[in-house]
Amino acid sequence: MTAPSAQFVTTIGLEIHVELKTRTKMFCGCPVAFGGEPNTRVCPVCLGHPGTLPVPNEKAIELTNKIAMALDCEIAPHSIFHRKNYFYPDMPKNYQISQYDIPIGSRGSLDMEVGGESRWIGITRVHLEEDTGKSVHVGGGGRIREAEYSLEDFNRAGTPLVEIVTEPDITSAEEARVFAQELRSILEFLDVSDVRMEEGSLRIDANISVEAPGRSGTKVEVKNMNSMRSVFRALEFEEERQRNALMNEEELVQMTRHWDEKSGVTIPGRVKEYAFDYRYFPEPDLTPIEPSIEWLRQLQEELPELPIAKRRRWMEELGLGPYDAQVLTSSPGVSVFFEETLEAVKDANPKQVANWVANNLAGALSDTGERFSDLKITPSQFAELMDMVASGEINASQGKEILSAMLLTGTSPGSIAEERDMRQVSDRGELEAVVDEVISNNAEVADRIRAGDMKPFGVLVGAVMRATQGKANAAVVTEILKEKLGAS
Amino acid sequence: MSELWQHTAGQLSALLGTGEVSAVDVTESVLERLRSVEDDVKAFITITEDEAKAKARKVDEMRSAGEDPGPIAGVPVALKDIFVTKGIRSTAASKILENYVPGYSSTAAARCDAAGLPLLGKTNLDEFAMGSSTENSAYFETRNPWNLSKVPGGSSGGSAAAVASGQAVWALGTDTGGSIRQPAALCGVVGVKPTYGLVSRYGMIAFASSLDQAGPFTRDVRDAALLLDAIAGQDPKDATSLPIDHPSYAASLEGGVDGMRIGVVKELAGEGLQEGVKIRFDEAVSVLEKLGAEIGEVSLPSFEYGIDVYYLIAPAEASSNLARYDGVRYGLRVDGEDIVQMNSKTRAAGFGPEVKRRIMLGTYSLSAGYYDQYYGKAQKARTLIIRDFERAYGEFDLLVSPTSPTTAFGFGERTDDPLTMYLSDICNVPTSLAGAAAISVPCGLAPEDQMPVGIQIMAKALDEPTMFRAAYAFEQSFRGRDSQIFPELVSR
Repeated sequence: MTAPSAQFVTTIGLEIHVELKTRTKMFCGCPVAFGGEPNTRVCPVCLGHPGTLPVPNEKAIELTNKIAMALDCEIAPHSIFHRKNYFYPDMPKNYQISQYDIPIGSRGSLDMEVGGESRWIGITRVHLEEDTGKSVHVGGGGRIREAEYSLEDFNRAGTPLVEIVTEPDITSAEEARVFAQELRSILEFLDVSDVRMEEGSLRIDANISVEAPGRSGTKVEVKNMNSMRSVFRALEFEEERQRNALMNEEELVQMTRHWDEKSGVTIPGRVKEYAFDYRYFPEPDLTPIEPSIEWLRQLQEELPELPIAKRRRWMEELGLGPYDAQVLTSSPGVSVFFEETLEAVKDANPKQVANWVANNLAGALSDTGERFSDLKITPSQFAELMDMVASGEINASQGKEILSAMLLTGTSPGSIAEERDMRQVSDRGELEAVVDEVISNNAEVADRIRAGDMKPFGVLVGAVMRATQGKANAAVVTEILKEKLGAS
Repeated sequence: MSELWQHTAGQLSALLGTGEVSAVDVTESVLERLRSVEDDVKAFITITEDEAKAKARKVDEMRSAGEDPGPIAGVPVALKDIFVTKGIRSTAASKILENYVPGYSSTAAARCDAAGLPLLGKTNLDEFAMGSSTENSAYFETRNPWNLSKVPGGSSGGSAAAVASGQAVWALGTDTGGSIRQPAALCGVVGVKPTYGLVSRYGMIAFASSLDQAGPFTRDVRDAALLLDAIAGQDPKDATSLPIDHPSYAASLEGGVDGMRIGVVKELAGEGLQEGVKIRFDEAVSVLEKLGAEIGEVSLPSFEYGIDVYYLIAPAEASSNLARYDGVRYGLRVDGEDIVQMNSKTRAAGFGPEVKRRIMLGTYSLSAGYYDQYYGKAQKARTLIIRDFERAYGEFDLLVSPTSPTTAFGFGERTDDPLTMYLSDICNVPTSLAGAAAISVPCGLAPEDQMPVGIQIMAKALDEPTMFRAAYAFEQSFRGRDSQIFPELVSR
């Protein structure tokens, strides 16, 4: 019996790992950084040498508390570390110091909007652990057991890692993507992580199951989603695959599947035949985390305005549209740039500025893959450009051209306009002479307009613009033309 | 006393301080003694003669330059081979670390070095400190200087035997469930298990992290206080080291036990003791009474579960602590078809039978479905033991028991019966589980076998000053009657 597709229910839960942006590792003094020559940021502690002991990084505990607070979690007054025991060559001690039954944060939620509707996604837990090293299994298809040999790089081993687990509250691939983006924005605003999925500082795994009436779902874990887009595509693919299996009455197996970006499919991995026994027990080398109420209160006060609050405030106070508000709060870089531009402008209004930042500037950056933090221009330079457009000194298309030049060179819009002789001509006297010449060169068209046929009016405006190499202020030209031709 | 090696550290410090002898003189005397009896005792896995002499010269140079190298500088020390030492092979008496040369030093070793103590070498132990006789060393057995056909106790048997035989003036050991106190008693020397967290565990190869604690072996109580003064104190590299300023223990010796309330632990001082142990212990208690202590009996029923609790908790932690020895980064590697096989072949070849037994015990007690029944329950019982101690310390300042229910036993006598071996530590594990302090002080030889007996004086956490005061008072009064310090190194 097949069910109509409308009756399928998709259930998704996400498990997110975030590498914290601390100066040093979680339990030793080695620097935290991405890449580099293998095994150059290691010491006896993060290599798990005999006799070494972990000393917790206070900053990492602070940042984890901030994340938990931003996700509206309950903060444990007495949280402890556990050991998660399993053998893997890139894990120096063959146990990972993690948290188990008393994580730093639990029972929180993330507030987001999907298609204009508010959605709350439950946060099961926020906990702190250490990252592993990296293995390269050479030969045997890159699998550990068939490999000819394996290379181990422990530079990453011991990097502070926060695990965020959601409730299975997500109902579509699109919601999963919005959640992931919203979470990434929050983490960026908190300034706790680089959140670069391509470098692994933000890693998202999903559990997804599709149910049909009378047929319960089968949980499948999806891994290897290395961008926001692949989160969406992988989950959409998996949803479809499970639906089809249900419709065709095929058996679904609980398993891990890996997203293959190139072929756009999920590939079966390990079948979860049994739950792995990690033999968790309290880490005897560490003492409990017991934050004081005063310290927590201070952290709470230091929390920045979160993106969704900022977005709602700007829509209400500045009248921004939802798209612009979304783009302007997607990262602290764009948000701060917008705010600082607003403070510096004289003539331009917030909506205009928002539009330019969200579309022209953000668009230009996404073309080059740069971030707002990479920008060569300052908010005050951009504000100058906005004022030049608002005051009619230049027109919009000139503005865009100047912006492109500014992004390349970092020079001020005024000097670019000067250099390129791009000041908009609004001077009536100067323009009247051009208009007169255009009218005499297009006598027939001018007569039609005088007779009340406005259709060819644009032809004359265009001719004036051409004659001035696009520098004429179109509004002033229109005004003069109308006066001279007695049109209205 | 004629030879320098026969002196206590306290005596040597005085001689060094006045310039009557040099650190090189002392170190050479001790090294000569070490070499001359090592074939009989076999206390050392590694002897670091060159390092010891170089350090002694350095101390002498400082003194002749008018600098103060510290009050105990120049008195040579031996370290149990579980303290890692930079550039010096550190094995934990295991084949898996046979060629492991660490790139860093343990805090305890570094503090000995900073105090100016020349390092004589690294002493034998039960592999990874798992055992009570030092027979579990992967290398060789260490012999008891009082009777070379008997074990020295364990796991710090090498350190105990070295101090008893005069191969070292003093030594460091580690105590997880009696590994300092029991061999100290069996070898007739003083051994201290300090409060958990008083001495840094950084660089001590871990056996059971919530129990492991370093402490001194010495020939008298004063020396123990001096050495503990040198190694105790908070260490930023050990998150469990206590954030306290400890008092000087060497300055806490005087004062006597007059009016002190001392409780004899009924569960540890009655049944199951060897006759001579009982005799010597009872005598020791009456000595304390004569010195003015108020003696009473106290029953601590939870102590009955001490060994059971200990053998659930310690192996559980050990199973995790020893997971790192996998052949990937350092130590022994036995190649296999793939990495999983390499791991298991390495561990099969590198660990001895007792270590394997404890890893399996620990793995089992942490497993899903058994955790609550074993590890979880053991933690609850541990709390009961702590409560019993608290109750007892409401009534008494110190508690006493024999350190070991028997004197030293023969080689092979208990190796086939792990449970009997485990019971060797019955008097010691409660203090370890409570994280409190205890000292073993020699109290004579058992009449039936002429082997040493020790009295264990237990104190609440951080009350080492009271413990040292009683131990010192007892020792002062007892010495007059039985002053034999160095055994003859014969087989009987």
